Amino acid sequence: MSGALKLIAQRIALGLLLLLLVSILIFSGTQILPGDVAQSILGQSATPENLANLRAELGLEKPAYIRYFEWLAGLMRGDLGTALTSGVPISEAIAVRLENTLFLGAFAAAVSVPLAITLGLVSVRFRNRWPDKMISASTLASISLPEFFIGYLLILFFGVKLGWFPSVATVYEGMSFADRINTTVLPALTLTLVVLAHMMRMTRAAILNVMQSAYIETAELKGLGSFKIIWRHALPNAIAPIVNVVMLNMAYLIVGVVVVEVIFVYPGMGQYLVDHVSKRDVPVVQACGLIFAAIFIGLNLLADVISILSNPRLRHPK
Amino acid sequence: MKFKDIPISAWIGILSTSVFVFAAVFAPWIAPYDMADPVGQVWEPMSWKHLLGTDNLGRDLLSRLIFGARTTLTIAAIATLLSFFVGAFLGMLAAVVGGWIDQLLSRFVDLLMSIPTLIFALVVLSVLPSNLITLILVMGVLDATRVYRLSRAVGVDINVMEFVEAAKLRGENRVWIITREILPNAMSTLVSEFGLRFVFMVLFLSALSFLGLGIQPPQADWGGMVKENKDGIVFGIPAALIPAFAIAMLAISVNLIADWLLNRSADTKGGRGEL
Repeated sequence: MSGALKLIAQRIALGLLLLLLVSILIFSGTQILPGDVAQSILGQSATPENLANLRAELGLEKPAYIRYFEWLAGLMRGDLGTALTSGVPISEAIAVRLENTLFLGAFAAAVSVPLAITLGLVSVRFRNRWPDKMISASTLASISLPEFFIGYLLILFFGVKLGWFPSVATVYEGMSFADRINTTVLPALTLTLVVLAHMMRMTRAAILNVMQSAYIETAELKGLGSFKIIWRHALPNAIAPIVNVVMLNMAYLIVGVVVVEVIFVYPGMGQYLVDHVSKRDVPVVQACGLIFAAIFIGLNLLADVISILSNPRLRHPK
Repeated sequence: MKFKDIPISAWIGILSTSVFVFAAVFAPWIAPYDMADPVGQVWEPMSWKHLLGTDNLGRDLLSRLIFGARTTLTIAAIATLLSFFVGAFLGMLAAVVGGWIDQLLSRFVDLLMSIPTLIFALVVLSVLPSNLITLILVMGVLDATRVYRLSRAVGVDINVMEFVEAAKLRGENRVWIITREILPNAMSTLVSEFGLRFVFMVLFLSALSFLGLGIQPPQADWGGMVKENKDGIVFGIPAALIPAFAIAMLAISVNLIADWLLNRSADTKGGRGEL
């Protein structure tokens, strides 16, 4: 077990280092203008007093690296600063929204991952026959359809024409779990459709890869049924690549969530971020950007750890 | 190369992409109305007068769609070209020169790719002035990371082949090696990747415009048109779906072409088939 533990510790340390570098990149991403951030936030028509006030508020008189370390120190204490536009502490505003976003992401993941893996298995079982061909064709459609096309189509049919689900996903505190699920069905379905085909396709590829091994042939010659071969012999050996694909798509969900939240007017992090980008509220954008990046890095890290753990050669070293 | 070798799916792709390009090039001549004129009531349904109906300000939807094709296709194409020039140049450079330049560039690209593209674009756009040039630069530079990885991988492969060794022994300089020896042999891989990156750019641009951070009104682009008409959806007015459908159709058609090119270059071993 020690070999695997050492590898995992290495991955986690690398992940933390990456996160630190990303925070530098995000911070410097908002400093890349040759001119002055205050000027670009307020525009050409700003009065000198307004400019001076905003500069003081942003601490622009200090050099950038000092502001970076102050920002980083705040982050470590869970203090993300205050929003320029509303004066509200960002941490408070984000807490609820982050929870909403994670809820939506988890809902979509809970539907899409089992569905994608099952359909991937079916597609291997019936490879090169019609279920497989349909799955291949739907992949092409799914990587080409923008989220808002799927989203608004679902709203139009299930929300407006049939009236099964609310077309606007308003959630609030104290809402019952059933209500919450009912309200978020359409956004979760949109996200599911966005990632499903790719996950299915990659699951199929990963299992097909294993299916060419000698032990699969042995299992076939033993006379096992094809589903049993796939389930008992191929799937466990394809776990590492499948987990990687799943995590890649979960990371994609986090990005897709931004657009989907705007479509469904869902009060999550994505909408909060987009709102404040157009208001040029830099501290909020930095905080949200870093949280999204941290989730993204965290999911990739988790994929690495799971694939190490799922590898018996690493779990039981000689 | 023979026409009959082109599969039916690629023909569909080529045909419908041509329709979009034709609409974009000849927009002022084929659009029935001006894109900015309110010529009818708000959100009129489809009729002979307005084939696709009218939008949230009573402008002809078909005309805006045709002019929008111009904006969407042009911006996406320029951004893709930019991302290819930057990405392919740096990728080839890293492959040929190697050493610390390769390490530096590759690790920086790893870092950039560890932040989701859309999120990083939003962070950067929050301080940059909203105009076309910044938009193209942001899209192009962020996407160049993908092109860099691909062209570096292809470049490293080709760089160790005998004819490149021969050229090096002949004393050719690096510019020659990159442009005359490696690039021609990497071309067919890069061309099909160009299609995929273009699709990604169209979707990326549309997403940004949909979020109100891409192309600014009164310019029409497809993502922006979805944003303008999205409030109609809850009243059962499908106007927003029409530009969204156009985006999907364009993306599917270009993907069909790219798929065909990709399979073809895979067939001809190392992608050195006749073009």
